[in-house]
Amino acid sequence: MSEGIVLLLVGILVVLTAVYISWRAGRLDRLHIRLELAREALDAALTRRRAVVLELAGSRLLDPATSLVLAAAAHEARTAGPEEREHAESNLSKALRAAADQERFREKLAESPGGGDLLQELDAAVAKVVYSRRFYNNAVAVTRAAQRRWLARTLRLAGHTETPEFFEIDDLPPENMSTE
Amino acid sequence: MRVGIVCPYSWDMPGGVKQHIDDLAQALMAQGHEVSVIAPAADDGELPPYVTGAGRAVPVPYNGSVARLSFGFLSAARVRRWIQDGGFDVLHIHEPLIPSLGVLACWAAKGPIVATFHASFSRSRAIAIAEPLLHSALEKLHGRIAVSDAARKSLVEQFGGDAVLIPNGVTVSRYAEAEPLPGWGPDGATIGFLGRVDEPRKGLPILLEALADIPGARLLVAGPGEVKVPRNVRDRVTLLGMVSEEDKIRAYHSVDVFCAPNTGGESFGIVLAEAMASGATVLASDIPAFRKVLGEGQAGALFRNGDPASLAEEARALLADPERRAKLAAEARVAVRKYDWSTVARDVVRVYETVTAGGTGRVVEDL
Repeated sequence: MSEGIVLLLVGILVVLTAVYISWRAGRLDRLHIRLELAREALDAALTRRRAVVLELAGSRLLDPATSLVLAAAAHEARTAGPEEREHAESNLSKALRAAADQERFREKLAESPGGGDLLQELDAAVAKVVYSRRFYNNAVAVTRAAQRRWLARTLRLAGHTETPEFFEIDDLPPENMSTE
Repeated sequence: MRVGIVCPYSWDMPGGVKQHIDDLAQALMAQGHEVSVIAPAADDGELPPYVTGAGRAVPVPYNGSVARLSFGFLSAARVRRWIQDGGFDVLHIHEPLIPSLGVLACWAAKGPIVATFHASFSRSRAIAIAEPLLHSALEKLHGRIAVSDAARKSLVEQFGGDAVLIPNGVTVSRYAEAEPLPGWGPDGATIGFLGRVDEPRKGLPILLEALADIPGARLLVAGPGEVKVPRNVRDRVTLLGMVSEEDKIRAYHSVDVFCAPNTGGESFGIVLAEAMASGATVLASDIPAFRKVLGEGQAGALFRNGDPASLAEEARALLADPERRAKLAAEARVAVRKYDWSTVARDVVRVYETVTAGGTGRVVEDL
């Protein structure tokens, strides 16, 4: 009789533990999905910014020196290997600031044919890099915290996924493009 | 895009967050997006076509004040049905830490979810106890927006993780035209002030002190609170107390110079933007936020922060020069467009586009 109760209690304990573990695993899985999507959004935003800057550099709307600075920075960022990527994207932000913080940059660009549209695309591209990077780093922080938990480490709930890395760049927008 | 917006506070009561959501919804619809809002509301009340009621709100004490919130099985079921039927590309929850529809929506949905944090909050026992619960709600947010530096800061400090800053907007067109208040009107000698009169950071005492050195000027003060007006200027100061939204706009149209003597703590200065949209000439303290809004003095005059003598000097010069006033007011009407709701909505749409960029699919029910 008492053996039966012990067995029952052990059984309940096993079921509860299993439910808890599968809940933690499901949560980690959700976090990984969110992280993956945030990573894709960040990549898309960076790609878009490089493309718009290259288009601006090739548009003949700017002086040749400014165009060259922008084109070089965008090209560096596009061809950078995984190790240099953060550095190259930071440099692109710096080049963009140097170009856009020139006196009457916006006004002059807006006056030229097709310049207004390009300016709007650039504004959007710059803002989305800031937004997507912040959202991505948020997702990294939460995922890392969840992966580090004792249960997740012991049972390898994260599977073979690697610890995600923060993406640290200087993405400060030019003064006259800042939305914050 | 199809956007579902969740409002935590009763739609039947006026309030900052509700107003924000209504303005945002209208700006989004004007840009061609489809919007559906769910909010606590009495079932027999009149609602705009884009608002779904989630049941009556109950006044409950929460975090130091009484809020009208909506929760319980009925509300949860309605939120779930709204998400099922909505087919939203993105779900936008306001104040997800308030125990109301926002938390319910976080539970019931998965997919691209964005949240806006309005209030700054301090660490309370309630938050400490509910933390694991709130954390699992926060984990579902793909993008986070804060409307002020204060809101962003408290989020970072209390829960970790960052947010992007998109301040409140002003519906510029709403302020453009209004009749001056009876007995008032731009007459070349009227100065205006709006804000809590007993909040030292709003700077009314500085303006009252300066008024003694601005001969012939009248001062129109709108805003709640108690204040002691110095004897020497008492006959030139009129206190309206708290005013309605409509009278506030009329007050902006009743003055020659609108003065914002704030000594700090303003992250943006919505009052300044409203005055600018009304076409008033602005005279403001030179704190960083105001200098930025006024384009370093292009769209309004500045005086040395906290200095009544400097305020008086600038005010005398402005009142004596109608041409300069008109020029500043015209510049202000242009500069304020940057703070129009259409601009704010554009930034919010960029956030929506960012969280949907990964090709996530729509917002669906989380079982």
